[in-house]
Amino acid sequence: MSTSDSEEDSYNERTALVASEIPSVPSYQQDPDQPQPADMEPRRRTVAPEPAAEPPSLDRSAVEREPVDLEEEEELPLKYGAKHVIMLFVPVTLCMVVVVATIKSVSFYTEKNGQQLIYTPFTEDTDTVGERLLNSVLNTIIMISVIVVMTIFLVVLYKYRCYKFIHGWLILSSLMMLFWFSFMYLGEVFKTYNLAMDYPTVAMIIWNFGVVGMICIHWKGPLQLQQAYLIAISALMALVFIKYLPEWSAWVILGAISVYDLVAVLCPKGPLRMLVETAQERNEPIFPALIYSSAMIWMVGMANPARHAEPTNQDTGSSDEEAHRSEGSALARDWVEPETQVSSGMNRSYSTEDDLDEEDRGVKLGLGDFIFYSVLVGKAAATGGDWNTTLACFVAILIVSVAVRKTKCWRRK
Amino acid sequence: MTASVFFGCTFIAFGPAIALFLFTIARDPLRVIFLIAGAFFWLCSLLLSSLVWFITVQISNKESSSQQKGLLIFGVVLSVLLQETCRFGYYKLLKKANEGLLMLSAEETMPISIRQLAYVSGLGFGFMSGAFSMVNILADSVGPGTIGIHGDSQHYFLSSAFMTMAIVLLHMFWGVVFFDSCEKQHWWSLAVVVISHLLVSCLTFQNPQYVGSLVPTYIIVFLLGLWAFFCSGGSLRNLKLCLTCKDKDFLLANHRPR
Repeated sequence: MSTSDSEEDSYNERTALVASEIPSVPSYQQDPDQPQPADMEPRRRTVAPEPAAEPPSLDRSAVEREPVDLEEEEELPLKYGAKHVIMLFVPVTLCMVVVVATIKSVSFYTEKNGQQLIYTPFTEDTDTVGERLLNSVLNTIIMISVIVVMTIFLVVLYKYRCYKFIHGWLILSSLMMLFWFSFMYLGEVFKTYNLAMDYPTVAMIIWNFGVVGMICIHWKGPLQLQQAYLIAISALMALVFIKYLPEWSAWVILGAISVYDLVAVLCPKGPLRMLVETAQERNEPIFPALIYSSAMIWMVGMANPARHAEPTNQDTGSSDEEAHRSEGSALARDWVEPETQVSSGMNRSYSTEDDLDEEDRGVKLGLGDFIFYSVLVGKAAATGGDWNTTLACFVAILIVSVAVRKTKCWRRK
Repeated sequence: MTASVFFGCTFIAFGPAIALFLFTIARDPLRVIFLIAGAFFWLCSLLLSSLVWFITVQISNKESSSQQKGLLIFGVVLSVLLQETCRFGYYKLLKKANEGLLMLSAEETMPISIRQLAYVSGLGFGFMSGAFSMVNILADSVGPGTIGIHGDSQHYFLSSAFMTMAIVLLHMFWGVVFFDSCEKQHWWSLAVVVISHLLVSCLTFQNPQYVGSLVPTYIIVFLLGLWAFFCSGGSLRNLKLCLTCKDKDFLLANHRPR
């Protein structure tokens, strides 16, 4: 077929470097022209969907969906796994960019005035290195125990169906994030750039920002706006952590949190695993609020009267943020597995959009993961003035997060 | 200075690379992942070489400048060798992964060919290498200051930008030629790649005589570009067909049915 000289790759649609059409992704939005969240999507959608390109791929996927379950899944998961990974790269990158940009420009978040969170009571202004190390380890132990206690508390609440309590808790947290923390942030940005501002204007700005945020997160809203708010909230939380966690404690905590996440999710008696299993038994989604979703939101816009736990969205209040963070992250990681199961067509109880391909259900990532990664990169940016460190951390985080997710997927499978 | 220098240097250094990324890689998530993985492997090589560098500098005599210069040369050579080693390691990893996928997959062809991988991984290496070279300079160029006010060359930022562009393109060409020669077991061309990398890096010792380092580097870029072009299946005939829009494969592949 090819007139080119190479045997190895004939130039066809697959191997073309400059891509041809890709079958368009049917989207949730009423307005089909609305750009998709990922950077790649707008480019795909600007190319008019081709009837010639579509049927072959749809036919192929239809044919492949037939009984032979094992073989068919290998190619598609690779492609859609890659697509999902990219759909996560973009928001994670955005969050990190916001955090790094703030750290580098607004000096408030790198000033240490001796204030610390109550969860890290031991100071790091000690005389010897050994004492400092000891203090940071103690801080870590306290922080992790707080997280564990909160997580168990949340699991207990969930088990005994205290949905109203959880709902209220989450609303309170997001209120604090959206109003107070963003007010502080705005104030610091104004101070940095020496912009004059009056209180009525600020009140108006913050009021609008906060209210729209609450609505988007806890109720219905455009997908992209919701994603933007989730990213903004994660960035704000990460900035708070970067400011108030002392240096060494921050790094030890980051390490300990990773270990805790792995343990809590993969261990049979882990609280997060119990939470996920309970939710699966009851056939309910778990706190979609704590989770960033890159595609169709299950609860948003879906009138689903059978549910008690209505959009218990968004979280990350400061006092319980650790609990939510860790749940969110672990939940989200756990959520990948139900996702892949769903996409194998085994359990379609959550699919409220049956017309979408399984692959387009999108992917979810816990907000805790956003915060975790952003704190890592932000700390790297704050600690050294060097941009190389920040860049290196960024690339390493992307690769390691992909590797961790893939490993977990395969282990579960 | 400031904004114009910043933007100018950024676009000089990263313009071609970003254009390549946007037009050929950005649409395909798999390629993006392999690009970032390539950048990660370059980072690994840098980590290793910087560890060695750090240790040797600590145990060396900090006063003697000739020893420090010797150490620098040693560092550069070691870094180049480690980069090429990591490129080889990445190649092996990709081969293994591709074979594994091919075995499991129902399709007969791999979702991404080894040539595309060569290009993408080379570009990944180039991106990271260029970023590490240039980013701190760019950050400094935004702020107030005068380049070379103490008697150093005034062309530092600009020549760094040009050097970075050359390095990015070179990494891409090296990637293509490297993978191709590994596939065909042409070890001599592998050696030429490594030697050219060493040559380019050692040419930079001529700085601040930037002419001495930039001109030969660009000659090497051009030559390697040609070599990579022919390695990846290009030929004068292909080029002619492409430029006159008569390439049937290309047209068929991008056929847009009306």
